[in-house]
Amino acid sequence: MELSDRDLVLVAALCDGLPLSPRPYAALGTAIGMDEAEVLDRIAAMAANGVIRRLGIVVRHRELGYRANAMVVWDIPDGEVDAAGRRLGDCPEVTLCYRRPRRPPDWPYNLFTMIHGRGRTEVEAAIALIAERTGTAGFRHEALFPVRRFKQCGARYGLRAAAE
Amino acid sequence: MIDDTDRLIINQMQGDFPLTERPFAVVAATLGLDEADLITRLERLLADGVLSRFGPMFDAERLGGHTTLAAMAVPAERVDEVAAAVNAFPEVAHNYLRDHTLSMWFVISAESPARVAEVLTEVQAATGLPVHDMPKLCEFRLHLRLEA
Repeated sequence: MELSDRDLVLVAALCDGLPLSPRPYAALGTAIGMDEAEVLDRIAAMAANGVIRRLGIVVRHRELGYRANAMVVWDIPDGEVDAAGRRLGDCPEVTLCYRRPRRPPDWPYNLFTMIHGRGRTEVEAAIALIAERTGTAGFRHEALFPVRRFKQCGARYGLRAAAE
Repeated sequence: MIDDTDRLIINQMQGDFPLTERPFAVVAATLGLDEADLITRLERLLADGVLSRFGPMFDAERLGGHTTLAAMAVPAERVDEVAAAVNAFPEVAHNYLRDHTLSMWFVISAESPARVAEVLTEVQAATGLPVHDMPKLCEFRLHLRLEA
């Protein structure tokens, strides 16, 4: 979808979040010189085209008790990685599964999964089960647990359009 | 602390927010709340940091932009200083320290691939540390909701 400058102004405003007022789209529009109907139409078009993946609240997982969110990384032969990615991605415990490039010698892993859990022991048990179930237990893998969170906010888009 | 009503809100509102003039009234009606109560609770959940934000989650690529995962091996004594330098970029939305030699993991998103590349270079220049760029090559799953 080709976004117009006007779309990008709206995108930038949306990055600050929807106003918590009874008519949020009208309030958002007032700030950027659009009426409520235009805001609604443009958001609907972006949602229909997949530019907006979802619209709603975004939780801070740690505050909900998810303290052991492991990034589990796998070194899978190139010829098998897509099949393994699909199998891992089908596991309900896996919230995210991406193939990414290796960066040897520091980083041999090419498949990244996130597994959210409330405790480390629980997550480690889930990883072992998942590996067994998906036939990936024999491949080198590692779980990187979080030590500190420095930042968790929304991405910012349309910064330039908004500045002009 | 969150109560059962907060939990209901969190579990029901992680997507599909209505595109209509009075969306909070619509959601409140389905949850058995009133509009003003729902808005007050959302304000509190945001203020308390239970919610990171309320709004859209964009697909960077479809927006014409780009997003990548970056990693750095940060010496323990430099962690705070390097985290501050990385967090200073508005293009960095997430940044975590993890238990690995490659210890700092952050996500860079921008409305153009060129800007993401610039941020990678600028982080490297600001910190003097090599930055590994690990863009997504293929997505097998992205499940964005968490149960409260």
